[in-house]
Amino acid sequence: MADLNPIRLWRQLLSQPNESRAKTLAVAFLVSTLCAVMVTAATVVLRPIQVQNRAMEQQTRLEGLLSEIPGLKDLLGSSEEMTLSTVVVDLRRARAAKDVTPETLESALADSRNWTPLTPQEDIANLGSRADLKQIYLLRGPGNEVGLVVLPVSGTGYGGPIEAMIAIGADMSRVAGLAVLSHNETPGLGGRISEPAWRQQFTDKSIRDSTGGVRLAVARGRATTEFEVDAITGATRTNNAITRMLQFWLGPNGYGPLLDAIGRGDF
Amino acid sequence: MKLWAQVTDPILHQNPVTLQILGICSALAVTTTLAAALTMSAALTAVIIAASGIISLIRTHLPSSIRLIVQIIIVASLVIVVDQFLQAFFYEMSQRLSVFVSLIATNCVVLGRTESFALHNRPLPAMADALGNGLGYSAVLIILGTMRELFGRGTIMDIPVLPTIEQGGWFEPMNLMLLAPSAFFLLGGLVWAIRSWRTEQVEKLEYKLAPAEEPRR
Repeated sequence: MADLNPIRLWRQLLSQPNESRAKTLAVAFLVSTLCAVMVTAATVVLRPIQVQNRAMEQQTRLEGLLSEIPGLKDLLGSSEEMTLSTVVVDLRRARAAKDVTPETLESALADSRNWTPLTPQEDIANLGSRADLKQIYLLRGPGNEVGLVVLPVSGTGYGGPIEAMIAIGADMSRVAGLAVLSHNETPGLGGRISEPAWRQQFTDKSIRDSTGGVRLAVARGRATTEFEVDAITGATRTNNAITRMLQFWLGPNGYGPLLDAIGRGDF
Repeated sequence: MKLWAQVTDPILHQNPVTLQILGICSALAVTTTLAAALTMSAALTAVIIAASGIISLIRTHLPSSIRLIVQIIIVASLVIVVDQFLQAFFYEMSQRLSVFVSLIATNCVVLGRTESFALHNRPLPAMADALGNGLGYSAVLIILGTMRELFGRGTIMDIPVLPTIEQGGWFEPMNLMLLAPSAFFLLGGLVWAIRSWRTEQVEKLEYKLAPAEEPRR
């Protein structure tokens, strides 16, 4: 009869020659199990703190973006009536989403019906599929008119996803500011997209030309038109990623229809 | 006493970066500021000590056919733990170091020490050796980080030391110092300085160059 005493089995295993097949497999299995437990424990225990960190980071970036927009500080300071509100919008209908609040947004996005798959021609920002529900920020003036919208945008850069926020002025045709929330671009090259000196070039750039096509872009080299900003040297793929991200999200498959609706005064 | 030598030797005599020229990639990438260099040094030292300890503990039962992959799994898992820890408690710094913390897994200093030392020695000497090599690596990173931050930004640990022109001082920041090539120059200079002081570290020529061609008659 086989001996099932675990301690004796363990000793037996250890006494086997190192090169035996059973021991090789056992060592490989035990090491990977222990490592898996260690990694899982670390991620599970630390996740709540990391989520909190990320949320705080987003909040500070949003505040930073708003404070950078020229003139806005005075506006916010001079009148008490400028209010920042958070709205969930439905991009399929280009208006505020029904029954979805910022609190329930996450669970709504777990439902695949709230995502639109993109065809390769549409998917210039390399996203795969687009969330139909987006949380945007509206800054309203004293007469409840929209003074500024802040839109979250995302794209795929050289080193991974890029998340950013773009603020657009009251006439919905000019950029008020751009903030990069997270990216994995090469430090010192593409990573410079988060530097204020580069981001602030976007302020006051025109978004669309007279035909309605989105022209806002990172130039190849120096900016020459009112739609372009200077490129970052040595980071072609990052520059292109930013251009494609902006053109997708401000175009017909992104916030384009919504910007038209806000421009008409539907909000 | 032997343990002490194992800790101090790799700092100058056997420095993993300047003598063995290992771990150069991260030494270039994370030394733009002293704070980043310090964080990276601490992360690498923690990983190399833990990895050496664990590998030394199981060394007598490690089949040599799978020893390399077992070492890499252990090192990589420890790196993930350290990375998660940084993301939780030093969020801003982990954002700045981005991918380079994860790349400790491929750092030759770590695998080099576990393979050549921890695999053949008891846990205590193995960990002492790991600590020494971690400190040796850290020393180089700290020197590079200090110089690059001082001449690239005029600050040390974000405290202004050389008043820059932007702030109304006289110091014109050297932008080259913030780019990767400057770390190559500084590292080369450091290796040259150490080898001209400690001439025993100079590598012997493996062969002599012969004249290109004998003149034909």
